[in-house]
Amino acid sequence: MSTTPTQTVEVPVKDVPLTGEARLAQMARAKLQRKRKESAIEFVLLLAACVSVFTTAGIVYILVKESVVFFRSVPVWDFLTDTQWTPLFDDAHFGIMVLLSGTITSSAVALCVAVPLGTIIAIYLSEFAGHKTRETLKPVLEMLSGVPTIIYGYFALLFVTPLLQKLFPELPGFNVLSAGLVMGIMIIPYVASLSEDAMRAVPMGLREGSYAMGATRYQTAVKVVVPAALSGIASAYILGISRAVGETMILAVAAGMQPTLTFNPMEPAATITSYIVQVALGDLPHGSVGYQTIFAAGLMLLLLTLAFNMLGYWIRRKYREVY
Amino acid sequence: MAAIDAVARAKEIRELIRAHKRWDTIFAMLGLLAMMVGILTLVALFTEMVVDGLPRLNAEFFTNFPSRRAGQAGILSAWVGSILVMLVTASFAVPIGIAGAIYLEEYAKKNWFTDIIEINISNLAGVPSIVYGLLALGLFVYTFGFGQSILSAGLTLALLILPIVIVATREALRSIPQHIREAAYGCGASRWQVVHDHLLPYSTPGILTGVIIGMARAIGETAPIITIGALTFIAFLPPVPFSGDPPAGLFDWLTSPFTVMPIQIFNWTSRPDPAFHQNAAAASLVLVVMTLGMNALAIWLRYRLRKNIKW
Repeated sequence: MSTTPTQTVEVPVKDVPLTGEARLAQMARAKLQRKRKESAIEFVLLLAACVSVFTTAGIVYILVKESVVFFRSVPVWDFLTDTQWTPLFDDAHFGIMVLLSGTITSSAVALCVAVPLGTIIAIYLSEFAGHKTRETLKPVLEMLSGVPTIIYGYFALLFVTPLLQKLFPELPGFNVLSAGLVMGIMIIPYVASLSEDAMRAVPMGLREGSYAMGATRYQTAVKVVVPAALSGIASAYILGISRAVGETMILAVAAGMQPTLTFNPMEPAATITSYIVQVALGDLPHGSVGYQTIFAAGLMLLLLTLAFNMLGYWIRRKYREVY
Repeated sequence: MAAIDAVARAKEIRELIRAHKRWDTIFAMLGLLAMMVGILTLVALFTEMVVDGLPRLNAEFFTNFPSRRAGQAGILSAWVGSILVMLVTASFAVPIGIAGAIYLEEYAKKNWFTDIIEINISNLAGVPSIVYGLLALGLFVYTFGFGQSILSAGLTLALLILPIVIVATREALRSIPQHIREAAYGCGASRWQVVHDHLLPYSTPGILTGVIIGMARAIGETAPIITIGALTFIAFLPPVPFSGDPPAGLFDWLTSPFTVMPIQIFNWTSRPDPAFHQNAAAASLVLVVMTLGMNALAIWLRYRLRKNIKW
């Protein structure tokens, strides 16, 4: 039970190795302490992981809370059907269609650039390019998505628009076309890299089978690999749409922030995102209707992107070929 | 007769093969052409910035405050603001992101709660940045009362890049072979000892890459910071701790108004006077060098460290 100090050396009591039950008790204590420490650490880590849940909850809470107040003064029906958006005028109209038209037009222009170019680049990188070419070209492509969007805005306004004005002399200084084109180039890397991932996931056996039948690279790529990877490619497009819908600064700088209900890309227009920027730039008193509109617009934006993201996810899940 | 037929047939087939092979070449050309569109855009972007901005890039441009006169305006308050905001962002996003990733990768049991966290993270990665701005406006600026400060902006960007840090950390953890864990557990290490002494050191390069990429994204973000209502004309610096009269507190700079590089660029770009556009070009050049430099560093790091590690 007790310790037995040796005669020759004075050993302090606590340094003497315990034996028997005391030792067991000590080990049990240490074990308990260690267990406690472990579960405390696990709890802290769990809290950190939950930050993402809190963020989502915070976003939904803030947007819904302010939107509820907004929809108390503006009926939902008016919000969805009115064809004017003049929230800051005396004769206030709140037709989200106006902002939606800008968002749809700019996204459509962007997709007209990003989808064909992104797909061709993906097919080229995955099926045609050699290892070395791919390793050098991919970082360059990634650079395109690394440039801050405000710089693309500057580029669209001061480089692309003057260039387009040489082609179309009647093009106004602010227009959806140049913003959309630049936005399209910005989302090429997203579309290309997601599509390429999908194509690279197609098993080699399918390609080999096709080559064995005498098909060329082009035939194999277009008739075998692309159809097999179609679900992944489709979800890449949809994520591209979601990017385009949420893009802000290019449109705020180059598209003019003018709320007009139009689907003509040659005109200036406001999008949901650029309207939020416009309001935030001004000095709106906290709690006014103008202040609440940006939350209603933000809710609309969140729902739109969420719907696209979920659609993309679903398509990938549902139509994925399992090999 | 039959021989001539066979020759003609062979010729025909060869012609057919050639026609099909031609498509190969055409498509390869098309692919390169599509790549060229992207590359040419980058080239045009840089040329435009260099041609317009380089004459403005001198020492004074970095040490002057923004001004009403384009020729004297500088980016002092902008780059100082950007660095301070990044400091706040990193000190929140890095520990929380790494801790969250460790939980999900090493601790979490497979149950509905873990699924919820996972779904949340992948959803948050797809939320437009301006929505984070609205969250910050409602939560940090008004509910918590942080105001339009460096703290609000830093926290907002931290939330924005959190998914990037988490995903990178998880990938780094996942690439560590299972036997490292088993060996450590076999020696009696606790879970945290395994994570802290073995997994974290091995995954540092991957985590670092993710953090740098996230920071490069954050430093170029404009929309969320505009949304919280950051002022665009700031001709002063946040207080340095323990200086001035009365002496500023250690953390007074956190609540100071600020501006950052992208906002300064936005402000100059939206002015009609072309002289300010040159300033915008010069500031863009500085910003793009910063972000692409960070990205290049991350790519280089990934490449180098991947080469060194042999399991």
